[in-house]
Amino acid sequence: MKDLPVVSQGKERLTSAAPSAVAASSAIRATALLERYSVVLLALLILVAVPAVCGSFRLGLFAKYLSFAFCAVGLVLTWGYGGILSLGQGIFFGLGSYMMAMYMKLEATSNDPAAAVFGSGGSPVPDFMTWNSIDKLPWWWTPFEHAWFALPAIVILPTLLAFIVAYANFRKRVGGVYFSIVTMALASIMSIVIIGQQGVTGGINGITNLPTFMGYSVQSDTASYVMYYVTACLLLCAILTGRFILKSRLGNVLIAIRDREDRIRFSGYDPALFKGFIFAVAALFSAIGGAMFTLQVGFASPSVSGIVPSIEMVIYAAVGGRLSLVGAVYGTLLVGAAKSFLSEHFVGFWLYLIGALFIFVPMFLPKGLAGIIEWLRERQGAAK
Amino acid sequence: MSQMILSVEDLTVSFDGFKAVSDLNFYVEQNELHVVIGPNGAGKTTLLDMICGKTKPTHGTIKFNGLHLERMLEYQITRAGVGRKFQNPMVYEDLTVAENLEISYPQKRGVFGCLFFHRDNTVQDEIDRIAAMIFLDDQLDRKAALLSHGQKQWLEIGMLLMQDPELLLLDEPVAGMSARERELTGALLREIAKGRSLVVIEHDMEFVKAIADRVTVLHQGKTLAEGSMEKVQNDPKVIEVYLGH
Repeated sequence: MKDLPVVSQGKERLTSAAPSAVAASSAIRATALLERYSVVLLALLILVAVPAVCGSFRLGLFAKYLSFAFCAVGLVLTWGYGGILSLGQGIFFGLGSYMMAMYMKLEATSNDPAAAVFGSGGSPVPDFMTWNSIDKLPWWWTPFEHAWFALPAIVILPTLLAFIVAYANFRKRVGGVYFSIVTMALASIMSIVIIGQQGVTGGINGITNLPTFMGYSVQSDTASYVMYYVTACLLLCAILTGRFILKSRLGNVLIAIRDREDRIRFSGYDPALFKGFIFAVAALFSAIGGAMFTLQVGFASPSVSGIVPSIEMVIYAAVGGRLSLVGAVYGTLLVGAAKSFLSEHFVGFWLYLIGALFIFVPMFLPKGLAGIIEWLRERQGAAK
Repeated sequence: MSQMILSVEDLTVSFDGFKAVSDLNFYVEQNELHVVIGPNGAGKTTLLDMICGKTKPTHGTIKFNGLHLERMLEYQITRAGVGRKFQNPMVYEDLTVAENLEISYPQKRGVFGCLFFHRDNTVQDEIDRIAAMIFLDDQLDRKAALLSHGQKQWLEIGMLLMQDPELLLLDEPVAGMSARERELTGALLREIAKGRSLVVIEHDMEFVKAIADRVTVLHQGKTLAEGSMEKVQNDPKVIEVYLGH
């Protein structure tokens, strides 16, 4: 009974839209397909179309963007659905990236005859440590010699850290904009520590010269194709995991927490636990993205671990649509490509543009690109 | 005083020196429908807030089935079997009616329980049954945001039914309802009251007369009178501060 007004309104629209009915119906079909098979379409794009069209240089760029897309997908979960705006995803991206770099650096060092000469007994130290007159490997570097330690650590440590930080804050009911500030402060601390502790972190230069991973060269063309596919598949897994979470009852609880955190406690849920969980999932995705980034671009650097990249990641998610896991990937590709183009051709302009995006997208396009698709479909649905 | 489900003793809470509730004793018997009335600022809502954990008392005890509620968190109190309905309808607007009910299903409320929760037949039947009780069985897939004010009130009552609490705290359940909705809600509350204990805050005296087993009158954070509606109505103190005008 309540639906009646909508139906009659639809009829009026149909008469007015009659001349373009054919065009409209094909557009409806297109947008409906786009929504329904969004993951499949994305898979076709990144698994088939991109590798077919791109040469190895452009493929490398795509690989880089896809690594950042992990963070954007995580942000859809925490920010779009959990209502937690994290301005510190770079922390977890950076942790994943640095841990991968530590493993690869130690591998490179052990294969480097020169390093053995400079090291004073024990295991040889990486070149940048030698330059900083550090001749003994710090204890927390040592276990990263082993892939069996480094790979699980990349997955576990950032996730655990994220959960602890988030749960401690949410338990004490520090939320909203205050939590955003906390994450931003942590991102800032992260880059200050990295830059300040040059001897053990590589400082502002980061950790570079990482030619191999578990004995395989990462610099050959074949390797870059393999790594690209691994990244793309992992990203699709992340999206499917996110989808599974959002479709479960947990997804509904997240929406309930986002909209009425004061009420959900009286439904018998502990919001701190749920927010901590989803924040940890986002951190896990970011860390995987960071590790894949380092594997493919061959360095880890404070420039991808601090506040600026963290905010850029939020913009990726905002542009793509903070309620759309797939949209976040398109947002990353689009903004990433724009960044590469603009910073090559108009140096310095990029910062202004990203500032403008940060303001205008949430104001005028709160649901991002995915919101446009949704709006088109609803409009055409009404016209039908 | 044998079967007390809730005993509140010496309960005091002060906000910046102002005692909203002071040294209050308040008891609810098993299966009793206990109505709390009183003028504005008497501490009625604050009392419910303290029972359900929203506000922490300055001192005093709140015992529910042997549990000290004053030491527990909101979600623990809810899981222990206390349900709360707020004055303004608080439903999850971005979820459908069915999802609102499902989320209130009192099982698997941990993170992984929710992640692998499956709406089986038992849950679906429960959702259908309660949706029919709250007159929303034809609205199951509608977003709660699109419901009318009265329907949201019902949905919230339905969510509480789903939660299946032993003690139910209702803050002005018929406020803002049309005469027809009031009537239906009254019937609904009588249905809910079966096998449960209820504490209801209400201003509508006719409504109170129709539903109350026992009435407590609060005034300035203290009990002014207690007993049957008839006894309370004839109490000179109550007439002076509350019913008189």
